[in-house]
Amino acid sequence: MAKAPEAYVTGVGQSEVGVRLKRHPMLLTVDAIKEALSDAGLTIGQIDGVSTYPGKSPGFLGFSPVGADELIDTLGIRARWFAGGAEISSQLGAVVAAVGAIRLGLARHVICFRTVYEAAAMADPVNYPSRFDGGRVSGMQQWELPFNAISAAIWIGQYAERHVRKYGMTREQLAQIALTGSANAMLNPCARAITKKQLTMDDYMTARMICSPFCLWDCDRFTDAATVLIVSAEDALDEVKATPVRIASYAGSAHRHNWDQEEWVAAYHTGPEIWRHTDYRVEDVDMVQLYDGFSFNAITWLEGLGFCDWGEGHHFIDGGSRIARDGQLPLNTNGGQLGAGRLHGFGFAHEAVVQLRGEGGERQVPRDPKVAIAASGGGPMATALLLARD
Amino acid sequence: MPADWQRMLPQLDQDNRDFWTGGEHGELRIRKCGDCETYIHPPRPVCHKCLSDNVVAAAVSGLGTVDTCVINYQQWMPDMPVPFVVARIALDDAPGIYVTSNVIGCPVESVQLGDRVRVTFLNQEEVWIPLFEKIGSDDGPEGN
Repeated sequence: MAKAPEAYVTGVGQSEVGVRLKRHPMLLTVDAIKEALSDAGLTIGQIDGVSTYPGKSPGFLGFSPVGADELIDTLGIRARWFAGGAEISSQLGAVVAAVGAIRLGLARHVICFRTVYEAAAMADPVNYPSRFDGGRVSGMQQWELPFNAISAAIWIGQYAERHVRKYGMTREQLAQIALTGSANAMLNPCARAITKKQLTMDDYMTARMICSPFCLWDCDRFTDAATVLIVSAEDALDEVKATPVRIASYAGSAHRHNWDQEEWVAAYHTGPEIWRHTDYRVEDVDMVQLYDGFSFNAITWLEGLGFCDWGEGHHFIDGGSRIARDGQLPLNTNGGQLGAGRLHGFGFAHEAVVQLRGEGGERQVPRDPKVAIAASGGGPMATALLLARD
Repeated sequence: MPADWQRMLPQLDQDNRDFWTGGEHGELRIRKCGDCETYIHPPRPVCHKCLSDNVVAAAVSGLGTVDTCVINYQQWMPDMPVPFVVARIALDDAPGIYVTSNVIGCPVESVQLGDRVRVTFLNQEEVWIPLFEKIGSDDGPEGN
């Protein structure tokens, strides 16, 4: 049997990133697609696959206003394969699904997208009603919401607070995720709507608390944007003009799927899994783009991926120099979600590709990076991609 | 019963009804495998250890230990009383499972990992929400 073709990211694109944008969410999606097509040197007629997370979410449209089926119909994409859904390992699980399809030969060029419209939706409740309609709650949420645990800040906070109380994490240590993101966001023109002024330790320590140990700056904010990655087959690379970035390994693992029955969240199961499918080792990674919907998520990823021991992540980032743009392991070089907006997982893969191609402009890391990890998700949701320019 | 506001309540179904209504009889009811004794939470119709569907609702003592907890300050909904503690409780009689709940009736800063707690129930409509109070606390049961 012939060796399965490898999958590559061959184009990336992003719409305007803003807060309370007026532009139609389908048009934001198409803006990002056009940019990605132009980047790759492809036309829409060459696209034969679509993958998204979590699919269109009726009743919670701000969270996901555009689905794969609607996009296929809107643009007349002749899809040989497509998928979109929430019951997958997390946001970047949509990219893993596309890699699977490519390797099986089901498609050659797949548009992977995530469109978010949460800020715009809050400003337009007539067209985008709140998901909290006073009705009863069911599924996983019933084990949290009746206890007033309405926000993921509380669900993730439970794990973060255990790091504080059991492993001695300080607020000054936790702050390094937000401070690093803010410093990087200042160099990212696409982050202007989110980060206007560089965050200082004093700002952080005096900010109002949301849920211990999180203050305002530990929580990402609602953002409107679309982010696109085009994933292509190895045997279709001659159709592409951009420097391809290989998806060298990928994993998305969960042992229990809920917010409160596990000692260690899914990132700790996914991290070891990614090293099973590659010859690269943790020492080979030049930079990391790690989910920071809440600052602490990034610490769980550092530990879960094996950059430090479990329960030691706050020592690893202490002082911030190691994860700075010019440090040993640059983290969230576009600003992450804290600094560059809640692009919901896809922003990390987008930025990894930009940096691996050396196209980061002012925020480009100084050493020529060849291997990066992009990871999305928190709690029971986790996906990691190992990306390589090799 | 502590003063409270209208909480978001669960949609009762065949799997969760015992958990959410046992409080009417003063019981915290957790599903358990009738064959291998494994506790099952959230409640499912089958045991995740031996795959038996002989699952029953068992009343546990309601005693437990705070495994982890947060102090929430943000008022997520209008009229929601803050601050409050959300804690993950390890139940004495149901090894391997946790229940997320609130620790009430004490200053929020006083709740620590390892604190001993006992269940109490808040009744809203037909739902009996299991909340927890510290054992041996000198503070009264009022307040949240």
